Amino acid sequence: MAEDWTMHPRYYTREHEWVTVHGELATIGITKFAAEQLGDVVFVELPEKGKSFTRGDDMAVVESVKAASDVYAPVSGEVVDVNGELEGAPERVNEAPDADGWFCVLKIADADELKTLMDEEAYTKFCADEAS
Amino acid sequence: MAETDTSDLRQTPLHDLHLELGGKMVPFAGYEMPVQYREGVRAEHLWCRQQASLFDVSHMGPCFLFLKDGLGKPGAHERIAAHLERLVPSNIAGLKPGQARLTVLLNGEGGILDDLIVTRLPDASLDGMLYIVVNGAVKHDDWARIERELGDVVSLQRADDRLLVALQGPDAESVIAPHFPEAVELGFMRCAHVQKDGERYMISRAGYTGEDGFELLLPSNETGLGLVKTLLDDRRVKPSGLGARDSLRLEAGLCLYGHDMDASRDPVEADLAWVIQKSRRERADFPGAERILKALGEGPAERRVGIRPLERAPAREGTEIQVDGEKVGVITSGGFGPSVDGPVAMGYVRAELSAPGTPLELMVRGKPRPAEVAALPFVAHRYKRKS
Repeated sequence: MAEDWTMHPRYYTREHEWVTVHGELATIGITKFAAEQLGDVVFVELPEKGKSFTRGDDMAVVESVKAASDVYAPVSGEVVDVNGELEGAPERVNEAPDADGWFCVLKIADADELKTLMDEEAYTKFCADEAS
Repeated sequence: MAETDTSDLRQTPLHDLHLELGGKMVPFAGYEMPVQYREGVRAEHLWCRQQASLFDVSHMGPCFLFLKDGLGKPGAHERIAAHLERLVPSNIAGLKPGQARLTVLLNGEGGILDDLIVTRLPDASLDGMLYIVVNGAVKHDDWARIERELGDVVSLQRADDRLLVALQGPDAESVIAPHFPEAVELGFMRCAHVQKDGERYMISRAGYTGEDGFELLLPSNETGLGLVKTLLDDRRVKPSGLGARDSLRLEAGLCLYGHDMDASRDPVEADLAWVIQKSRRERADFPGAERILKALGEGPAERRVGIRPLERAPAREGTEIQVDGEKVGVITSGGFGPSVDGPVAMGYVRAELSAPGTPLELMVRGKPRPAEVAALPFVAHRYKRKS
């Protein structure tokens, strides 16, 4: 990939969102585990640019053939960019949940909130526990 | 994701097979059922429209209803039909041997308690026996009601310990032909009662996907399981879960009980007035006949319609329907139609807004989204009718 933001430190929530931190910005998406659970994604409702969220707010909605699921803000912040490609190609969320299927970029309001999130190792264990 | 206690749930005879096939099991109608297999809802849905899909519907309520006295005697069908017609508004007496018909169980006010398929057994020796399939979620209530109302003259034998599977799709006929040659001869809504190797099978040319296909009531032993596995070994057949069953029936414009109709709706509102044949309208002798005939004459206040969201966002069950900011109805089934390749829905709107093309707004997550009334079905039915 041209951009290497995916190489920056990545954190995870218990609701299966991922957060990749690059400076004061955080790119957000849902994990492969979540995408597999959802099945075929047919629609993504993204937040509006400029809107601010508090950690835990409903920020986006991802719809599969079967159901709609909320995506929560993993950290507080203002939306500075959204992945407009998902409008025409929601299947990117299934194809590449960790990369091209990203949802939006937040300007982080409080970096301390990142400390409450899981790192990759902890998240992998969390998923294994949840699946068993 | 919500954790659900599965300890009280029943399993169908195909449970182990579902797990082997990668079925994702969810609670449904008191059973653990596969919502999808490995390929997912969209692929399973499209496969059914192109080839053939096998659905486990053993959670449903198949049963046999028969006269306590006089089975197989002249006039036996007319007599059991007269009993059942006290509970349903369809012409059961007029069923030919082997013919099936959709009807509804009504309460005293004409509200719909369930929809069901009633079949007259094809065998003359079993005249006076009906094969009935009711919905899984309400089967215990249905059966209790039938026994309470008719139990002095008829017996009800449950058959939900057997295997009930649906084979649906354009290849269903050629897939089933080597196993049951008699199935090929059946037209839509016709049933064969096959006895082979000491086992009995009910084979109905019916289903709930809009495609040609069959519903098979099989013994829940090695013979029945073996047949299901043999069907699945056919390269034209893939297993399909409840997710695809729901999107297929929605595209086909077919009602799901408890969603698109319930005890608060009568058959006219539900756009099911066609289940009330002329002879029954004339006799006006079914439960709630007064309300239903009034609705037939004057038109209902609300009507079930197809609804096509004009943007990409699906509108789910419970979504409010508005015109000019005023509530005019509600979505009762909604999702994404893989064959339509877009969102599809059904719901109730005021009768004056029920013409196809009428613009509506759907309040999806608080925002109005454009939609219009659409003719049903969204995908044309491909039943094989034979005279």
